[in-house]
Parts: sequence; C-alpha cells; structure tokens
Amino acid sequence: MNQKIIIEPVTRVEGHGKVTIHLDEEGNVARTRLHIVEFRGFERFVQGRPYWEMPVLVQRLCGICPVSHHLAAAKALDVIVGAGTGDGLTPTGEKMRRLMHYGQIFQSHTLHFFHLASPDLLFGIDADPAIRNIIGVALKHKDLAVQGVMMRKFGQEIIKATAGKKIHGTGAIPGGINKHLSPEERDMFLHGPDPLNIDKMIEWSVAAVDFFKSYHKKNKDLIDNFSVFPSNHLSLVRKDGALDLYHGVLRAVDANGKKILNDVDYQDYLKYIDEEVRSWSYMKFPYLKHLGKENGWYTVGPLARLNTCDFIPTPLAQKEFEEFKAYTNGKPNNMSMHMHWARLIEVLHAAEMMKELLNDPDLLEGELVVKGKKQYEGIGLIEAPRGTLFHHYRINENDQVVMANLIVSTTNNNQPMNNAVNVVAKKMMTGKKEITEGMKNAVEVAIRAYDPCLSCATHALGKMPLALYLYDKDENLIDEFISQ
Amino acid sequence: MSKPVIATTSLAGCFGCHMSILDIDEKILDLIELVEFNKSPIDDIKHFTKQCDIGLIEGGCCNSENIHVLREFREHCKILVSVGECAIMGGLPAFRNGIPVKECLREAYLLSPSVQANHEYIIPNDEDIPMILDKVYPCHEIVKIDYFLPGCPPRAELIWEALVALIKNRPMDLPYEVIKFD
Ligand code: SF4
Repeated sequence: MNQKIIIEPVTRVEGHGKVTIHLDEEGNVARTRLHIVEFRGFERFVQGRPYWEMPVLVQRLCGICPVSHHLAAAKALDVIVGAGTGDGLTPTGEKMRRLMHYGQIFQSHTLHFFHLASPDLLFGIDADPAIRNIIGVALKHKDLAVQGVMMRKFGQEIIKATAGKKIHGTGAIPGGINKHLSPEERDMFLHGPDPLNIDKMIEWSVAAVDFFKSYHKKNKDLIDNFSVFPSNHLSLVRKDGALDLYHGVLRAVDANGKKILNDVDYQDYLKYIDEEVRSWSYMKFPYLKHLGKENGWYTVGPLARLNTCDFIPTPLAQKEFEEFKAYTNGKPNNMSMHMHWARLIEVLHAAEMMKELLNDPDLLEGELVVKGKKQYEGIGLIEAPRGTLFHHYRINENDQVVMANLIVSTTNNNQPMNNAVNVVAKKMMTGKKEITEGMKNAVEVAIRAYDPCLSCATHALGKMPLALYLYDKDENLIDEFISQ
Repeated sequence: MSKPVIATTSLAGCFGCHMSILDIDEKILDLIELVEFNKSPIDDIKHFTKQCDIGLIEGGCCNSENIHVLREFREHCKILVSVGECAIMGGLPAFRNGIPVKECLREAYLLSPSVQANHEYIIPNDEDIPMILDKVYPCHEIVKIDYFLPGCPPRAELIWEALVALIKNRPMDLPYEVIKFD
C-alpha cells in the first residue's frame, strides 16, 4: 500500500515548515520532503524604499537573529555609499559592528543549545514531550537553565549597548555605526558582578563545550551515526584562512576536503551561486553553479565553518578546534549531530572575541562613519549564527531600492535539511507499520541540528508541535498522530 | 487553584515578539512557576489540549493557515492579546498590501538575479503549501482581540507587566514611555 506521512513541525526563517514522507508498497520510504510554507514577498515590497532604511527594515524578517540581517544589509550599503567592501570602515565602525555580531552569535547559539538542544540531550530523544522542553530543564536542572538564561542575557546586553536595542536595533548605518561604547558599559561587561561579566561567560562557555564532550563520550552512537551524509560545505573565511564570522572571502570544500570554491570575492557571488525553484516549497535551493543542481548543494553554519576554516584565531577555541578536527583526522565532518559541538566551540570563540574587543580603546572613541563615491549596487555577506547570509541591493539615482535579493542561512541549508530528513526517515521508518513518538521526534531532531530559526524559537517556550498524517495510496487519511 | 494557562503563536511575524518575551531573562523562571504553557509558540495542530486563559498572538495573517490558527486561538482562549506591530497592524509583511501577490512571487522566483536556471518558470504551487492571501490582515480584522501591546517588538518589561496584570487580574501600570512604537 502506498502511504504518505505528513509531519508538521514549525521551522523558522521563512516561517512554518512541514515534512511529508511517502512510503512505497513494501513500506519503505520512497520520498521525503521538507516544505517551507510561508512567503513574505520582501524582494518586491522593498522596491521604491530609500536604501538607508534597509538595515532596520529587513531585520524584521527574523527576530531571532535580527543583528545578522541588520549587519548584512549595512555591509551591502557600505559598498553603495562608497565605504568599501568590508574593510573600508573606520576602526571604531568595524569593531563596534563586530562586537554587536559576536554578541549576537553568543546569544543565538546559547539559546539554541540551552533552550533547544539540551532538552533532547538531557531527557533523551524519545522522552515524553511534556518534559522534553526548556521548562522541563528549568524544573529538573535549574543551574543549567539559569546559565542558559544568563548567557543569553549577556549577549542581548552587548547587542543593546552596540545597536541601541536588544531586538531590531539601529546601530549599524551605511558606512559605519552611530555610537561609541561608553566606558561605563565597557566596565560593566568586563568587571560586572557575577555572573554578568565576560570572564564568567568564558568560563561557562568552556563548561558548555565540556558538557557536550562528556555527553558525546556516553552517547557515541547517537551523536556519530544518527544522521550522516556527504556534503559540500561553504562559509566566509578570513583571507588567511582563519574562522571569521563578520568578514572574509567565500570558500567551499567538498565532503573530502577538496576546495571547490577557492577564497573568492563575494561581490561576485552570482558567478558562483544560483538557486533552484521547486514547486513544493517557498524556499529556494541554492547550489554552486559549476557543480550543477544535483551535486552543487552545500551546508552552511557552525559545522560548515569549522570544515572550511584552517584555524580559530582565539586560543581556547583553537584548542577545542584541534580536538574537533582530530576526531575526523582533519577531514570534513559530515555528521549532522556534530553541529552542536561546532556551535559550542563558536560560543567559546565569540566569548573570547568579545573580551578582546571590549579591551580595545577604539570602541570608546574615533570616527564613526566613512563615505566615498556613491555606487548603485552592493552586496553584503555575513556569517549569521545559522550560516552564510547574502544581501544584494541595487538602487537608482533617487536612492530608491530597485532590486533586492536575499539568500538567507536557512535557505542555504535547504537541501542538507531535506537530506537529513530523508536519512533519518529511512532509518527509523522503513518497514514500520506504526509511527511512534520517538520516530517523529527523531525527524525533528535531525532538522533541529541545523537550527532553522523557527524550531529554535518554538522550543524556547516549550514544545515543537508536530503532526503526522498517514495517507493510503489514494491519498485518503487513514491515521492521524498529533503531539501536544 | 490551578495555574492560569497561556498559549502563544507566531503567525506572519518574525519571532522578535517571542524573543522579547524571553528577554524578561531570569523572570522567565518565575513565569514558569506562575503559569502553565499550553500550545506555544506556534501551532498548526488542530486540537488544543484544553481551554486557555490567555492567548498571545504575534504576527498578522498572510496565508490561509494563519487565519485557521488565529480562529483556533479565539475559540480556545478567554483573553486574546495582539502582541506587537505585526499582529496589530500587519507590520513589515503588510508592506506588500497594495502590490498584487503575483508580482511578489514573480520577483522572488522568476526575476531574482540568482534564479538564472529557472528555465521552466516554476513558481511554488503545491497542495502541501498553503494559499497566500491577497494581503496581510491585522488580527482584529479576523477575530475579536481583547488587548493590544504595541512595539516592534513590545519591550520585555511591557510584556511582563501586562502578563502579570492579566494573571493577577489587576490594572496595568504602564508608563507612557513603554507604550510606544519605534
Ligand atoms: S512586531 Fe516586530 S518584533 Fe514582533 S513579529 Fe512583528 S516585526 Fe517581529
């Protein structure tokens, strides 16, 4: 009997998502799809707006990492106001933005780890959904929950001090930044009462990495074998190959580590990247042109970044990076669940970066903005918490936007998430007559490793609802399974 | 006495309002003591597990599914609150009101500079993805809304004050500065 199973989780960035699974006559998984079911129309409706509105407008597409959109748009506009392509800002402009960005990485990654991933790890994938959430964590492991809340708070406070507001700030403007950090703010972050100071944050970040490593030791099978498939990996890297989340050149490696995009200038992204449109999802499928639609798709995000970069330029994170690399003998890591490990190493890196920046006098004084010769087109790229984010604008003589193109992180991960769903569904559901809570959550866990914005927020307040529907070969609903 | 039950959802919102709820920081642990969460934050599931006291709505309605979820919330929540500019007025997504949907789809899937290989001119359209509405509707145009919390997002303190007032059934103390748009 042909069957169709529908899973409706809620995945973020472009809005809701759901999964359909088609079984063949023998009950084997024939086809799986992750559908993104929301559409905003941003590319069209910003046309005609003045360009300088972009950094404050576009971030309202995503309130989970608004800073990433804010900065990617600002970077594209730097090009338009003639301030160069990322390294042309004043030291104050660039460093304030970097501090804002690392604050964002820190808060978003900790939110993901503590609020979203930790419930699965602490309670198990097939635990009762009633406790498998952050509220369960808060009740059972209060210390951990408090740590998560305070780390996120620290990141949010950094954002407020640099962007003016915790969510949807206004700090970055074309060509620079609109404020300095005050000495009082700096002192608070550096030496504030425990736990809200940077040294405590570094200490807790180290502890979080250790927590994952010891969990990994005890749960090798889950972490190493749960969802594994060969993938290309893409990210920005600094010119010398270092991990850099704010600016750099585009690099991609294949599943074996061979460079397939060799440190190119992202202003030329259209030469290398195109997107496929499929009728069943509002989210497009990006791929590297020279490899084609079939083979050119790639993964972005923490795992991809640690796979593409050569080293991490802060000491504690570099030490962890070496251990991470050694685990796969220096080869790219293609195990989806290792995304959590990579993410926590980045948390530590972000904490170290914040400390370095906070000690930099350029934040307190110096020119804020540069302007040059106006251009009519600009592209801004940034490594958002979830991966590479592309913003591209064209304007006319009246300073109005005439073209906007966005490729957001979760879109870049569209194919890998689809693959992860496929791998896990095949493993869990092949030949099974019944769908259990554990199987259903397994599919969620696979998607969740990629941290699509929505699932992150969903879990933050409790539960990620999921519905599965079983259809017979004539598409009649024969069974229904709904989690509460 | 049993705890008040709260449900929340994000329709055509950006999740910023939900994040602002989290920005009450340590108080989130108090909130967990104070209330019970039911469906949250998004639910396109057909059944609530119980009647709820307070429903918080983020975002307006931009597709058929949003309308369905909003009506579900009205049915199952005694008090319904529009949280943030999107729920109250449509917000940023409502920028598309006045532009035919077709044009928005064409721009994203046919005219974008990075869909050069879309030679078959595919625009997503499938039984598994919902219909997009002609425009984005604020929530109160679809169902009755009892309270409105302004801001984009409303500040964490405002959300906290409002929740506590509703839970404890006492008047809200909202100074002028927190009741503002930005
Ligand atoms: S009101 Fe603002 S923060 Fe809330 S959902 Fe809308 S855009 Fe996001």
